[in-house]
Amino acid sequence: MTSQVSSPAGERPSGEKEVRRLDRVIIRFAGDSGDGMQLTGDRFTSETASFGNDLSTLPNFPAEIRAPAGTLPGVSSFQLHFADHDILTPGDAPNVLVAMNPAALKANVGDLPRGAELIINTDEFTKRAMAKVGYDADPLADGSLDGYSVHPVPLTTLTVEALKSYDLSRKDAGRSKNMFALGLLSWMYHRPTESTEQFLRTKFAKKPTLAEANVAAFRAGWNFGETTEDFAVSYEVAPATSAFPPGTYRNISGNLALSYGLIAASQQADLPLFLGSYPITPASDVLHELSKHKNFGIRTFQAEDEVAGIGAALGAAFGGALGVTTTSGPGVALKSEAIGLAVSLELPLLVIDVQRGGPSTGLPTKTEQADLLQAMYGRNGEAPVPIVAPSTPADCFTAALDAARIALTYRTPVFLLSDGYLANGSEPWRIPEVHELPDLRVQFAQGPNHTLDDGTEVFWPYKRDPQTLARPWAVPGTPGLEHRIGGIEKQDGSGNISYDPANHEFMVRTRQAKVDGVAVPDVEVDDPGSGDDGPAKVLVLGWGSTYGPITAAVRRIRREGQHRIAQAHLRYVNPFPANLGEVLARYDKVVVPEMNLGQLASLLRAKYLVDAQSYTQVRGLPFKAEQLADVLKETLTHG
Amino acid sequence: MAEQVMGPVTHEGRSPLSLVPKAESKQTMKDFKSDQEVRWCPGCGDYAVLAAVQGFMPDLGLAKENIVFVSGIGCSSRFPYYLNTYGMHSIHGRAPTIATGLAAARRDLSVWVVTGDGDALSIGGNHLIHTLRRNVNLKILLFNNRIYGLTKGQYSPTSEAGKITKSTPMGSLEAPFNPVSLALGAEASFVARTVDSDRKHLTSVLRAAADHPGTALVEIYQNCNIFNDGAFEVLKDKEQAQEAVIRLEHGEPIRFGLPYLEEDGGDGLGAKGVVRDQATGDLRIVDVTEHGTHGILVHDAHAASPITAFALSRLADADTLHHTPIGVLRSVQRPIYEQGMADQLEKAVEQQGKGDLAALLAGRDTWTVVG
Repeated sequence: MTSQVSSPAGERPSGEKEVRRLDRVIIRFAGDSGDGMQLTGDRFTSETASFGNDLSTLPNFPAEIRAPAGTLPGVSSFQLHFADHDILTPGDAPNVLVAMNPAALKANVGDLPRGAELIINTDEFTKRAMAKVGYDADPLADGSLDGYSVHPVPLTTLTVEALKSYDLSRKDAGRSKNMFALGLLSWMYHRPTESTEQFLRTKFAKKPTLAEANVAAFRAGWNFGETTEDFAVSYEVAPATSAFPPGTYRNISGNLALSYGLIAASQQADLPLFLGSYPITPASDVLHELSKHKNFGIRTFQAEDEVAGIGAALGAAFGGALGVTTTSGPGVALKSEAIGLAVSLELPLLVIDVQRGGPSTGLPTKTEQADLLQAMYGRNGEAPVPIVAPSTPADCFTAALDAARIALTYRTPVFLLSDGYLANGSEPWRIPEVHELPDLRVQFAQGPNHTLDDGTEVFWPYKRDPQTLARPWAVPGTPGLEHRIGGIEKQDGSGNISYDPANHEFMVRTRQAKVDGVAVPDVEVDDPGSGDDGPAKVLVLGWGSTYGPITAAVRRIRREGQHRIAQAHLRYVNPFPANLGEVLARYDKVVVPEMNLGQLASLLRAKYLVDAQSYTQVRGLPFKAEQLADVLKETLTHG
Repeated sequence: MAEQVMGPVTHEGRSPLSLVPKAESKQTMKDFKSDQEVRWCPGCGDYAVLAAVQGFMPDLGLAKENIVFVSGIGCSSRFPYYLNTYGMHSIHGRAPTIATGLAAARRDLSVWVVTGDGDALSIGGNHLIHTLRRNVNLKILLFNNRIYGLTKGQYSPTSEAGKITKSTPMGSLEAPFNPVSLALGAEASFVARTVDSDRKHLTSVLRAAADHPGTALVEIYQNCNIFNDGAFEVLKDKEQAQEAVIRLEHGEPIRFGLPYLEEDGGDGLGAKGVVRDQATGDLRIVDVTEHGTHGILVHDAHAASPITAFALSRLADADTLHHTPIGVLRSVQRPIYEQGMADQLEKAVEQQGKGDLAALLAGRDTWTVVG
């Protein structure tokens, strides 16, 4: 394939310095939560995306908006993995750590492999700041960092110096040190810089002095790298030309992809989108994003609470809108009763759960997959709900369309289970053409659908489509179809209140059959087949956001010559793909890595009587590929 | 006093009902009856309200298919099943949320909420106050029987303190809510109170609520003849009502009680009146035969400040219900939530152009890989 990547003609370091080629790099920016590390990481990511590398990011920040300065709990970091080939995870261990203060060093140095590069803002390494995080001696001087390639840089001083011609206080000037660091790293890795300068000028459009000061700090950082002796080497990571199929790409985070997926679903269904939501981390970005696009006819309603959010979405769905509610685990708990009502009313509704660490308030800004059983079973009565789980940040786009397809076709609430890792992480996304998107248009009921014994033509709200078992969607305003629906058990067909035992049995089983019958594609198995080693004996099966780490681990194992491992990943957790039972039965062992205590494994064991082995982690962070690879190798070797 | 026109006109001069299609032919009460058998207890006050609603709906002249009744849980919440309009019997306390979404998404609908004292004020209290605050174009009928009926007789948030019920055999320890006071405190733009058995008054209040642009809360005193029979008897019994009920009419002096007859030198209106106490600013009741008509308050439902309406709502004695004002306490105009929402959608199209999905997905920072 003769691929080419159009990259902006960025500045190239020009001096005598050595340039080394790398196939991939993992950088972590770490500082106080007020140091602007997320912004710095975002900008570096943008530069990297537009350069054409494959990339994956992992923002990691505390729940407190401004945790006490200089403390370990206040450390905010942003990790970026970029490469000249396709990659799957934000990387296990950083090759480069930018530490803006002692807390950032202390909190992150343990993740660094020996030999990693450390760029340290020495200005913040005061006795007091070091003592605050328990450094008895200066780590820059006591030899504890000997195994690393340390670059002590007085970032604050250099920034203030660079900005002295601006009318800024020392404190204000010092705040641009993150842009200085960004400039330095941009030099080190030959990143294009125009987009960042443009970004800064737009961001501070109303404060031109700040805009120019930040640009100046950014340039000063770049020039510092170019001129100082301390940085003798810069690095090139070539664009990932062969990693991407032809197309136009952009970098996208999970929450943005999800928002766009919802907008696309609304457009493709030709139904106005109504979002009822209550702010909650890490889902609020979807509310923010959708609120920006009212010109698509999108109504966003910030409700008084989680219950009102879903109630309003359900009311809008009754009126013929594409009803959506977005939340995280604690919000799902509050919405459970309304989800049950939606199951009973059989109206389309999207329930987006961007999962975070639990139980209770748990870890608001960290990731986890522990809401699976809540989504599956967390309601009174038999209340089945289909579940769709995106596997990567960009995949949130298609998952939203998919969830909408199921909701609209089957007239049911549908769960979409994203998580904090997908929500905030980002990766390149091939921008789809609108004509490639599925047609989601629906037909509202227009007239009577039933003839009574006496010949009267009537509308029966619970007379089902024989194929999908979906009931008609008759929206208010349609003459002659006036009907009443509710949470009380309904008589099959007429929808009138019914307490009849046989009818209840029938309705419960029918609602279950409808969800069981939701059309989902077969799960694909990546099985290298019977090579020299014989057929694969072990299947590793995941769902949702563990796709990247699991795939990376499997690749690692295979690269080492061990091919007897197959991989499959579930996008549809309810209902399971029809071939799943057969797939599971093919393997001697099934390993299920999850960021919970084995929730999918429980479902698999219950349904398929398979001895699924759980491998679980609940650290608020995604799996590391190496760690998963070790576990899988152990299984391959010892069973 | 200059006459204030209380027409169905919004802050932008559009009627809240103008977007709702009109009925093509004349409707009758029968058109609004569903084929379902009504299953309230014989003698329940709900029957009277249902009949009043079915009876006055044709007067609105709205296309029946554009009317939706949404209810929560409780005896009164079965209401939608008995009306041949669109309807939803939802979950406990949440009807205002569902109705809000429906009304916001579909301004061509006339949306009504039917709720009770437990549904609206206990489990759904939060939704009620926020709905009133937002001023969504909903008509909320709050059936207040001061008891939990469907769960068989526990005290409710409007039950009088000391109420003996199954769950409070030694008497309730709680002070009751005054729903009208609560609604006024929640910035309601329309608050009224009426009584199930007074069909004429009930209908006139419902009519005023229907015409109101924004959220209208109508508290309906409703008798539960099984668990709290006679709770409002003092307001219904002809003789007692003279002293107990204060009928509010916009623009009329607030008078009640036995008539102050002309032969006694009076004006034929009630012998009691409401005046503002100059010392405290609160309202108090005076005997007109002694006090005269000077300073008797003239009811102004459209007053910008809710202070007098609130003071009126506090005249009633929580235990005896003496001096209970009925009628429209407050009816003012302020921006309607979903109208503002629709305006923002229009404005967004004006400013950004109609949404273009391809352009949105493409964004600004892109790169191209060619095959």
